[in-house]
Amino acid sequence: MKQIVTIGGGIAGIEASTTLAQMGYDVTIIEKDKNTGGKMNEWNVLFPNERPATEITDYLYKKINNSNLHILTGTTISKATRKPNGSYSLLTDKNEKLHADTILISTGFEPFDATKKEEYGYSIYENVITSVDLENMLRKGQPILTSKGKKPKRIAFIHCVGSRDAKCGNKYCSRVCCVTGIKQAIECSRQLPDSEMFCFYLDIRMFGLEWEKLYQSAQEEYNVQFIRGRMSEACENQDESLIIKAEDTLSGLPLKMKVDLIVLLVGITPGKGTKDMASMFSLEREENGFLHIDDPHFGKNYSSKKGVFITGTCVGPMTVDETLENARSAAVEIDNYLTKIK
Amino acid sequence: MDIPFFAWPFLLGITFIIVFFIIISIIWITGLSGIDRVRIRKNFFTVKTFQAIWEVFRESLIHRKMYKRNPVLGYMHMSFAFGWFLLIVVGHIEAAVHYHTLNFPFWKSIFFRYAETNPPVTFIAKAFSAASDFLLIYIFSGVFLALYKRFNSKPFGMKKTTHLKTGDKIALIGLWLIFPTRYVCESITAGIYHNGSFFTQPTGNFLASFLPLQSIELASWWVYSLSLAVFFFALPVSRYMHIPVEILLIFVRKYGVRLKKHVNGYTRIQTFACSRCGVCLDSCQMIKANINNSQSVYFLKQIRGRKLNDEQLFNCLLCGRCQKDCPVGLDLNDLRITQRIESTKTYNSKYDYLKGGISPQADVVYFTGCMTHLTPSIKKAMLNVLDYANINYWFMDKDEASCCGRPLMQAGQYEAAKKLIRNNTEKILSSGAKILLVSCPICYQIFNEDYKLPGVKVMHHSEYLLELVNQGLIPTIKLPVNAVYHDPCTLGRGSHIYEPPRELLKNYLSLIPMKQEKEDALCCGGSLGNIKIEMDERKQIRDDVLDTFKSYNPDQIITACPLCKKTFAMGTDIEIHDLAEVVWKGISRKEHLDKKIRLPI
Repeated sequence: MKQIVTIGGGIAGIEASTTLAQMGYDVTIIEKDKNTGGKMNEWNVLFPNERPATEITDYLYKKINNSNLHILTGTTISKATRKPNGSYSLLTDKNEKLHADTILISTGFEPFDATKKEEYGYSIYENVITSVDLENMLRKGQPILTSKGKKPKRIAFIHCVGSRDAKCGNKYCSRVCCVTGIKQAIECSRQLPDSEMFCFYLDIRMFGLEWEKLYQSAQEEYNVQFIRGRMSEACENQDESLIIKAEDTLSGLPLKMKVDLIVLLVGITPGKGTKDMASMFSLEREENGFLHIDDPHFGKNYSSKKGVFITGTCVGPMTVDETLENARSAAVEIDNYLTKIK
Repeated sequence: MDIPFFAWPFLLGITFIIVFFIIISIIWITGLSGIDRVRIRKNFFTVKTFQAIWEVFRESLIHRKMYKRNPVLGYMHMSFAFGWFLLIVVGHIEAAVHYHTLNFPFWKSIFFRYAETNPPVTFIAKAFSAASDFLLIYIFSGVFLALYKRFNSKPFGMKKTTHLKTGDKIALIGLWLIFPTRYVCESITAGIYHNGSFFTQPTGNFLASFLPLQSIELASWWVYSLSLAVFFFALPVSRYMHIPVEILLIFVRKYGVRLKKHVNGYTRIQTFACSRCGVCLDSCQMIKANINNSQSVYFLKQIRGRKLNDEQLFNCLLCGRCQKDCPVGLDLNDLRITQRIESTKTYNSKYDYLKGGISPQADVVYFTGCMTHLTPSIKKAMLNVLDYANINYWFMDKDEASCCGRPLMQAGQYEAAKKLIRNNTEKILSSGAKILLVSCPICYQIFNEDYKLPGVKVMHHSEYLLELVNQGLIPTIKLPVNAVYHDPCTLGRGSHIYEPPRELLKNYLSLIPMKQEKEDALCCGGSLGNIKIEMDERKQIRDDVLDTFKSYNPDQIITACPLCKKTFAMGTDIEIHDLAEVVWKGISRKEHLDKKIRLPI
């Protein structure tokens, strides 16, 4: 039986591995954290239909239970040796030896480190949080409060933090933050009906079929206000409320606004795991840091190295449904490959 | 007058270049500002003239600065300049001694061996003859090094060498031919008349063994005279024009002439004094990002050729590294800013909306600057320290204030910058403060250089915090941290503040010394001075600097400029802090240990 090792036990890794296991392959998932599920464990509800994130993880765990595969959690690869036929022998940090006829890399992403954008004041000002922090608060059922324990009267959502920003080296669009911001603004508005929500955006990118509706209902039902312009800096007042300095590019005027809470919609960046695996398996990376795909139309799961497949957000920003689709396509590609090499 | 025909090319050449240089010097000096001309007049008959002569001897002949940079490069230049100079001086003395008068035809001292064919008999005549042979060998050693440098510039401490244009090539051929042809024709004459010394005589004897020397003697002197003429006539269109112009520069600089914010005679003198040695190419970090056409040497060459374009004029970090290394001591940063001012005269902004008004009274005016607003952890740390030390300060740009004007100045928007300067000056002076405290070295430099703030001491926060420590107003505690300190360009090379940051930091952590520090510090790559460079190119420069830091294995990188901090932070996971943050962290740690209270971080 052909052996496959999947590196990264997030949703992409699990979806692809379980699919492959059901096809009859011997699959091992290596996950560096204690639990599988990856970033999905930190999320509350998903756009566009507010499906609880647990439904996704439940679906995946059920799939795991129905398939015969090995999962090594709390484990990383410490050494990989390529053999002439393109298979690998791997050594884990727990000195386990593994054989892999093919490798699937699904190391995922890291949210952009908002402290790098120091002018936004993350980790300097108490009332500046990221979309990940907010999602965690919502998941744990915590009320949305300012650092002083008050209900925020005004919340600003800042789009494109770490995306489409040459200054921090990320020129690409992270694709999911616009809709996430609008989803979160709606959730906040529902919890705080008397508060005002502002989205500071560059462009609103609503490419999903149902997303435009969400954008419309944010404006019409929830009265979320959209201001076109990037925030230049945030300052803190004595009472820990914040002043946003920005330019309203539609009216062409500078703008100053007092808000109680700022939510930074952080982008998707290739994580450390992706970088480490790229160097371990000598995979090419794009200028933006994500793994290089062999062909944008016909080889989206092929890395620059034959026998090493890639899936999920280690390749670039993706929504959850796109990630699952991409993982299933990876399973098909690996099956084709292993059938051919015999 | 029995001047031989072959001497005429030389005589015409030397006359041409002397007349040319006198005319151009008069044009440049009359092109100076009135006050500068007064400076020259007043200082002419003072000790400054002797100081200038001494400096000409040191720099134009001995090339002391070149020596400091690289001994081989220094030797090469010295052998040419000093060797040739001595050859001329010795030739003249020899002729004067021979004719027992100073009043002898000029050409005879230059072509002495041709004019006086009698073998030297007296000891003095023999010594002169030997000395000129020795000097010839000395210069030859330089010519060989120069030839070698064309193929391999590494031993000269230079990774790159400049490209030559046609005028340079002609002059260079002339220059390289002068000494070999002189050697050949003196040897030939010695072969015939036995008037040579230890170097030319044996060569002459050897040549006599197989060549009809009588018939080629005159031709060889023609070649020598022509190569001198070629060099002199090509001089104005070649880089070797720097030789006379550098001497002029040394004099007017000594007399106190300084660059202004507009192009004038002094700008011209500086531009033509560039020897195009190419030392600035090696100083320039933009080479790391494959920017190879806008370095100072090319920028000055373009001004000379009147081919300056904005692409190259504005593609410079203004870090000042080349200025520090320039052997001629040109004010390269200000030369560039002056050119930028000339090229942007029509684009100046208005700033009608700037508000004046009466400022609150305070002892200290605190001006963070735009960049510090973009790095709020520095601002927060400074405000915490000021509150802790109970300073009566006014936070001038807390809500609304204009920029200091330096970025505009660097972009050449001088008139616009002046409007901001006027507005800020009013506000600062009406506060009655004695100290202007700034957190950004970019602001610090313009407050010192272009503002007139009588009675107000401008202090960068590194100086001010050190003073607070020395006065015992803030506590110190040495934490187990090994850090490198990065000298920001504008604070270091721009304002010569090297020690206060180090003295201050030593109270709070341990500093790892680096080779690339103080004057030799690198630029972070984030400079506002460059408005043409691409983000990716900045990144390459930054990453190269970060790699340098990493080689010292620091726990933290400390700097004193918000822009450096911002630039570095994007490129590494090593902690980057401004020294204000280090101080505040130290104070809160100390207070925590002493009183068990918690201060805001």
